[in-house]
Amino acid sequence: MTMNRQGRPSVPQQTTAAGHETFTGNRALTIEEPLIFETGRLDVTGVDLYAQEETPARLGGLRRRTAPHLPGLTEPEAVRHYVRLSQKNYAIDTGLYPLGSCTMKHNPRLNEKMARLPGFGDIHPLQPVSTVQGALELIHLVAEGLKVLTGMPAVAMSPKAGAHGELCGMMAIKAALRARGDARSVVLVPESAHGTNPATAALLGYRVESIPARADGTVDPEAVKAKLAPDVAAIMLTNPNTCGLFERDIIEIAEAVHAAGAFFYCDGANFNAILGRVRPGDLGVDAMHINLHKTFSTPHGGGGPGAGPVVLSEALAAFAPLPWVVSGPEGFDLVENADKAGGAHPFGRMTAFHGQMGMFVRAAAWMLSHGADGMRQAAEDAVLAANYIRASLSDLMSLPFGDRPCMHEVLFDDEFLDGTGVTTLDFAKAMIDEGYHPMTMYFPLVVHGAMLIEPTESESKASLDLFIATLRDLAMAARRGETDRFAGAPRFAPRRRLDETRAARQPVLRWSAPAPVGPEPARDAAE
Amino acid sequence: MRYLPLTEADRAAMLAKIGVSSIDDLFADVPRAAWRTDPVDLPKAKSEMEVERLLARLAGRNVAAASVPFFVGAGAYRHHVPASVDHLIQRSEFLTSYTPYQPEVSQGTLQVLFEFQTQVAELTGMEVANASMYDGSTATGEAVLMAHRLTRREKAVVAGNLHPHYRAVVENLAEMAGHEVEVLPPVPVGAEDILGRIDDTVSCVVVQSPDVFGNLVDMAPIAEKAHAHGALLIAVFTEVVSLGLIEPPGAMGADIVVGEGQGIGNGLNFGGPYVGLFATRQKFVRQMPGRLCGQTVDAEGRRGFVLTLSTREQHIRREKATSNICTNSGLCALAFTIHMTLLGARGLERLAEINHQNAVKLADMLGAVPGVDVLNTAFFNEFTIRIPGKAHEAIEALARKGVLGGVPASRLYPGEGLDNLILVAATEINTDDDRAAYVTALEEVVG
Repeated sequence: MTMNRQGRPSVPQQTTAAGHETFTGNRALTIEEPLIFETGRLDVTGVDLYAQEETPARLGGLRRRTAPHLPGLTEPEAVRHYVRLSQKNYAIDTGLYPLGSCTMKHNPRLNEKMARLPGFGDIHPLQPVSTVQGALELIHLVAEGLKVLTGMPAVAMSPKAGAHGELCGMMAIKAALRARGDARSVVLVPESAHGTNPATAALLGYRVESIPARADGTVDPEAVKAKLAPDVAAIMLTNPNTCGLFERDIIEIAEAVHAAGAFFYCDGANFNAILGRVRPGDLGVDAMHINLHKTFSTPHGGGGPGAGPVVLSEALAAFAPLPWVVSGPEGFDLVENADKAGGAHPFGRMTAFHGQMGMFVRAAAWMLSHGADGMRQAAEDAVLAANYIRASLSDLMSLPFGDRPCMHEVLFDDEFLDGTGVTTLDFAKAMIDEGYHPMTMYFPLVVHGAMLIEPTESESKASLDLFIATLRDLAMAARRGETDRFAGAPRFAPRRRLDETRAARQPVLRWSAPAPVGPEPARDAAE
Repeated sequence: MRYLPLTEADRAAMLAKIGVSSIDDLFADVPRAAWRTDPVDLPKAKSEMEVERLLARLAGRNVAAASVPFFVGAGAYRHHVPASVDHLIQRSEFLTSYTPYQPEVSQGTLQVLFEFQTQVAELTGMEVANASMYDGSTATGEAVLMAHRLTRREKAVVAGNLHPHYRAVVENLAEMAGHEVEVLPPVPVGAEDILGRIDDTVSCVVVQSPDVFGNLVDMAPIAEKAHAHGALLIAVFTEVVSLGLIEPPGAMGADIVVGEGQGIGNGLNFGGPYVGLFATRQKFVRQMPGRLCGQTVDAEGRRGFVLTLSTREQHIRREKATSNICTNSGLCALAFTIHMTLLGARGLERLAEINHQNAVKLADMLGAVPGVDVLNTAFFNEFTIRIPGKAHEAIEALARKGVLGGVPASRLYPGEGLDNLILVAATEINTDDDRAAYVTALEEVVG
């Protein structure tokens, strides 16, 4: 049989250039998706639960009186709903994600597979320790690896995120100061620090004093020394810092801080830049959190979960929070209570259980896969990629601290946009139309119109070259005065620019049922 | 190295473009004293197969919950999670996206968070919820700090039956921040005089229901007394499934409701990652910690979602922020929302009923073992038994017989004289055979 091809043109027909409104509001693969509250039904469930003989309830009169308004979807409806929503997200698996300070690198799927092994994913934090020996060994393995990589003698594994780790490290410092009867009240934080640093210090009742950045983007040891006084508890310094630079005078700063009787907290968010090349312990650090999700890769999942273990110096080791894993001749054990702490003075508990086991498994898989050699190579490639972007764009985009080498992220400012009418925000939104997630914008605050680009080690040269070519094209378009391309951006995203002011001024934080349409109000009989 | 795309030729070309002769030149700012030339003392890179074998061997040394009759709870619960949940959260676009800072290309995550906030508010009987916390324990600590901000008072009263690990987190956080926490002693049976502790100096009262021993608590009288003295009621739960069957804290007058959401959509994971739920009244929203997603419109007037009220947050207010939280448990919240969407109100209620019925059956069976008493009268899916011997020894003995029978209270309350108590949890995963195996094993252990 031959197919009748009559009337089936095999070449595209002439079409009008502009799109038109569709009946559904959808645009081919870009499909509008309502909220579950608008499509789900209260009598529908997508889960089959078994039937059983009823027994009289023993709820003490506290049975729920009204059902929650939680509509259900059947499995096919739910799968389609969430797949469609997923298609409205940018992700590292769809393209380069140059968010400085956030470190969006490839997430090996082996790590996902390992975290889901029943022996890791399906074990309870309070089952007998004799039944979780492999899990405790894994935590021990990661902890020992972190100690080797940082050159620090102790590590607290339980903090659940980077900012939680900061809190943990600063609590250890507070506990150590208290133990020596020292009520210090000030924490020094450079202006370029992550916002979590001053927030953490303030949360613990410290007064925060700012240290301005030097013209070269690093912290001036003389400025630190000028602030050091008997009431200073600690300095919180990020290294490599948020300008993408290594703090050249860090050893001198650490020595001055220690001489003043204070502690040195290092924000380790950017540890991935120096992995295998520099040990923070050699710099004089007393406490540093490690974002396992950044340095050792964990899918960020739309904003977490992360994990923020904290390495501690000899001076702070005895104050680590509960719980921790110990290794002995009869296997591994878990120290959950102060009475088993053996001379240590744990300051308390950061979280209910032992920390983010799922992230520990992923970090272990990443560490083992890279090995000592691969981890060092990863750091070097990340630094190389950032400097390659710097060198390839420095003729067009402006560098606030001159054209000197950076670490794993490169910082531009908005000077190159002066007089173009294009802002950093416009520039970022135009990148979306080109198929890129924008870089980090307006951070760090010390630089006007900051654009912080972090390519990571997992981009190929071809990928970097296309990204560079795109930014060059955008920079030249801005210079040529093609402001429409920027002010109107993004044009091709699932949404155009969103009204964030309206969202904040008239907050709508949940779906609410529309007002019921009732019968007409009864008319007055006399009317 | 399979994860590093650059070739040696690429590296050479890139160094040439940069204008340096070696990678070392890019590390020139590192002080020479800290320059490490020798390799780190860790093993070299392993192949995918080798890593898999090594980690599978470690995993194999643990007793997975699904492989035995399993009755362990006390803050983490094993429930059946539909296959589609884990499949959907592994969609690359959910799994490997970041915090939705660019809303135009993050509508998927943002809409999910909006759905999540609505579901949590409905479930807890509150007006608004945030877009997740690390877990129930840290959410409880944040709730206490929030109550102190709202009331401008600095003393929290904590019920004796709050999960002791939650209590430890609250005490640590509040005490480190310079606040006072009064904790009542645990009361496995009977009532404590929490009402007698409420006066005009108290910022908040923290009460858990079901409490750590499994007892259900009527919080309405506590809310009433707290409000009469200008204090807030913080209601805590560790088992979110209970809200499918039990009167929600919001309906009993709670001002802040916090708890653990792991039981919906998320596995045990040896304690984490979990997802904290946090809900409150609309009027308190600006003092609420953590991320919030709000509805708005785009430049063409279409509905869209953004992160909002960020003036509370650390990246705007720095040292004046309501919390230092930067990330959340977005992916765990997604798993929660998908599972909750599959359940719907009807499925959730049915799930909760099965949990309760299984617990009632098990309590009756264990209570019939000679020497064993069930302490609770009203409970959801967890209860406490008193046995003739030491609970931790009995639990070890049960484990050797292949039954994970619960948590000895002495593990949670060392040195407090609760040596004969076991906290026992039952969920929908338990079968008649599981219950029979538990009873047989317990008879042998206490007999």
